[in-house]
Amino acid sequence: MAFTLTGLIIAISDAKVLAKFSSPLEFFKSALATVGNAYLALFQGSVYDVNLTKGHTFIHGFYPLSETIVTATPLILTGLSVALAFKSGLFNIGAQGQFIFGAIGASYVGFHFHLPVGIHILVAALAGALFAAIWGGIVGLLKARTGAHEVILTIMMNYIASYFILWVLKTQSFLRPGRIDPIAPEVNQSARLPLLAGANFRLNFGIFIALAAAVFVWWLLTKTTIGFKFRAVGANGQAAKTAGISVPFVITSTMMICGALAGLGGAVQVLGSEYALNADIAGSFGFDAITVALLGRAQPLGTVFAALLFGALHAGGRTMQSSTGVPLDIVLVTQALIVLFIAAPAFVRYLFRIKKMNTSASLTSKGWNG
Amino acid sequence: MSLELRGITKTFGSLTANDSINLRVETGQIHAILGENGAGKSTLMNIVYGLLKADSGEILVDEKLVDISEPSDALNAGIGMVHQHFMLIPVFTVAENIVLGHEKTKKLGFLDIAGAREAIRKVSKDFGFEVDPDAIVETLPVGIQQKVEIIRALIYEAKVLILDEPTAVLTPQETDELLKTMQELKRKGTSIIFITHKLREVRAVADQISIIRRGKVVAAVSPTTSEGELASMMVGRAVDLAPVKHGHQIGEPILVAKDLTVRDAMGTAIVKSVNFHVNAGEVLAIAGVQGNGQSELARALINLEDHIEGSIQLDGSEIRGASIYDSLHAGIAFIPESRELDGLVGSFSIAENLILDLHDQAPYAKGINLSASTVLSEAEKRVTEFDIRLQSVSDAVSTLSGGNKQKVVIARELSRPVKVLVASQPTRGLDVGSIEFVHERILAERDQGRGVILFSTELDEVMALADRIAVMYRGEILEIVDSGVTREELGLLMAGVVTKKASA
Repeated sequence: MAFTLTGLIIAISDAKVLAKFSSPLEFFKSALATVGNAYLALFQGSVYDVNLTKGHTFIHGFYPLSETIVTATPLILTGLSVALAFKSGLFNIGAQGQFIFGAIGASYVGFHFHLPVGIHILVAALAGALFAAIWGGIVGLLKARTGAHEVILTIMMNYIASYFILWVLKTQSFLRPGRIDPIAPEVNQSARLPLLAGANFRLNFGIFIALAAAVFVWWLLTKTTIGFKFRAVGANGQAAKTAGISVPFVITSTMMICGALAGLGGAVQVLGSEYALNADIAGSFGFDAITVALLGRAQPLGTVFAALLFGALHAGGRTMQSSTGVPLDIVLVTQALIVLFIAAPAFVRYLFRIKKMNTSASLTSKGWNG
Repeated sequence: MSLELRGITKTFGSLTANDSINLRVETGQIHAILGENGAGKSTLMNIVYGLLKADSGEILVDEKLVDISEPSDALNAGIGMVHQHFMLIPVFTVAENIVLGHEKTKKLGFLDIAGAREAIRKVSKDFGFEVDPDAIVETLPVGIQQKVEIIRALIYEAKVLILDEPTAVLTPQETDELLKTMQELKRKGTSIIFITHKLREVRAVADQISIIRRGKVVAAVSPTTSEGELASMMVGRAVDLAPVKHGHQIGEPILVAKDLTVRDAMGTAIVKSVNFHVNAGEVLAIAGVQGNGQSELARALINLEDHIEGSIQLDGSEIRGASIYDSLHAGIAFIPESRELDGLVGSFSIAENLILDLHDQAPYAKGINLSASTVLSEAEKRVTEFDIRLQSVSDAVSTLSGGNKQKVVIARELSRPVKVLVASQPTRGLDVGSIEFVHERILAERDQGRGVILFSTELDEVMALADRIAVMYRGEILEIVDSGVTREELGLLMAGVVTKKASA
């Protein structure tokens, strides 16, 4: 449905199509063609590109798909970070800042130390996760101790993180020799995540880390006593407290694990595809994560699929812009529409006159009183 | 205005909530509808008020057939309803709440609040209410909020007023006040449908009583019928209204509270330096009008309050300042005042709710792994032991009726080794059958030599269960008396009047 509406927007935003408005039939044909081309480009840019195969092998056609996965990988991890927080009744807006700290940690260990292959990756990734876990844990501790609202805290922590990275990149230890712009040295070969489909593709081992993290979150939530505590506090904190569950423990440990997940996202981005820390490393991974987690209904598997969809939209959007001239912003509009339809189920029911179904466990996030 | 229902039937899937119900409310009559939770009272009233559509049947107002498919039809037909959970916006004033949904505007679209104020004053004067139109609703006591709802119905010219469980949220005094109001309304010609499961109130005000059981009207009786008869017609079997207390040996003090003070976040003392103890094998009731510090005192006993001073000794060891977890596991079972808010996690399954306190202990936990199969099998045992009526232990606990929810809470709290049971308003909002069960369970704990501290605002409950009664008033325990005390003496104490003959 979101895609239909976006199609409408693509059509009316195209001047050539609008020019034919006087004759309805022509207008309709032209509109369909424009929209069709745009979506074809979106598909070619995100899954399989027919044009690319000319002169290349069949496999190269899948380059867009690999780009989709590469973009989705950090999103899965940040999305899980937000989703897990939702389950504990917390709104983690801070995935962005946690991502940055993860990237800094992984980058530093990656270029500064020389360790054997394998161990180096492990140490670098863990350093990233640890940095971010501390960063997230600070928020948890502050909320648990003082009752400060985590939304405010995480937003502020995001600001601190995004300026902290600018400062870090200007320090002697992070400055790349011979450069004066803020970019860190590339991480050593031994710390890079193995590529999965050869040097022509950026597809790397990171996707497996992300999928493993999704399994971990699922296991934690459904199979462990810690997850039981998290879910109890998330669903009814007062009852959980009355039954003797320590709410401060849940808040602090949730935020630490959330931080570690988002930080792992930053680490994967550095060690898997970017190699060098730069000021823009986090892009909007931390903010898109909120949408991804909402779209995935805060379920680990749902979050993975939502992240893949967003990865596809990002990767395909670039192709759509370059080959059909439909602006990249349209992709953002699509994303926004998807969220709108997900976040407002009552509106969708009204639109289609669907009777209220027994939707199990719809996602509830508490407001300011949470 | 008279209201007649003919052959009202309503089914939800396989469940028949209302089975061809016939009912007639005469002009200026108080017609009580008595039935257990889930008997179909609320469904019936929601049909009359247009919130639900009946599958078949007719509604007649003043002998004329009316079609009610939404609340505005009901309002136009002169039917008003006061819901159990008030439909008021807490931060609005009384006048603003009353115009809500019927906003009349003056020129330029300004709201006619002055007109609403005037209407409120007029209705208040006619019926003898004292309600300030400019008071913010959330600052008003519950009893007054209910009056706001009644005034709203009267302003929109309701001639038949439906009161859905109106006394469930009221203190004894407020209940008396409401019953007076109802009689005043009746005198002025308003017909009232009074939905309740409290027998005493029904007999006090009703002109006619219809008893509903499993969706059917099983009896239409006069208010002279005895409470015992009413109760057994409601439940469908003989009911013990006064549980049998066996005489037995009372043991040593098991929980001793000394100079216990509880403060709120602002530092105001809510509970002021109280002293009491409960012996093993004894029920100590803490009576008092709602809001005199009982809730806070109950919560303080498991360290659920943030600012507690003084001492709480459980079986000789100090537990004040311990964590909630440690307090519970030291041997206190705690039935909180609100099972929905504090007792249960609504979206969790029944099985999960049963282990909310024990999830990280053997046999449920192995390391950090939670054994799903053990959780389910242990839940089945509890369900059998406590006679919890359900379809599956994996269903969300929110699907259960109030009585069964309370059984889940009780089953959980008594599944730990218990020395003292602290029960805070354990029968509030429950039907007769469930109340009977809770009372039996409390006495069983007492007979097994545990100390029971029962916080209750229901005088009948206090009189029936307690061995000793402490009365709280404005945060203090005025007196601790023996169970031989009369209702009148207790009533005086609850109002803050101290008599001379202190005992215990």
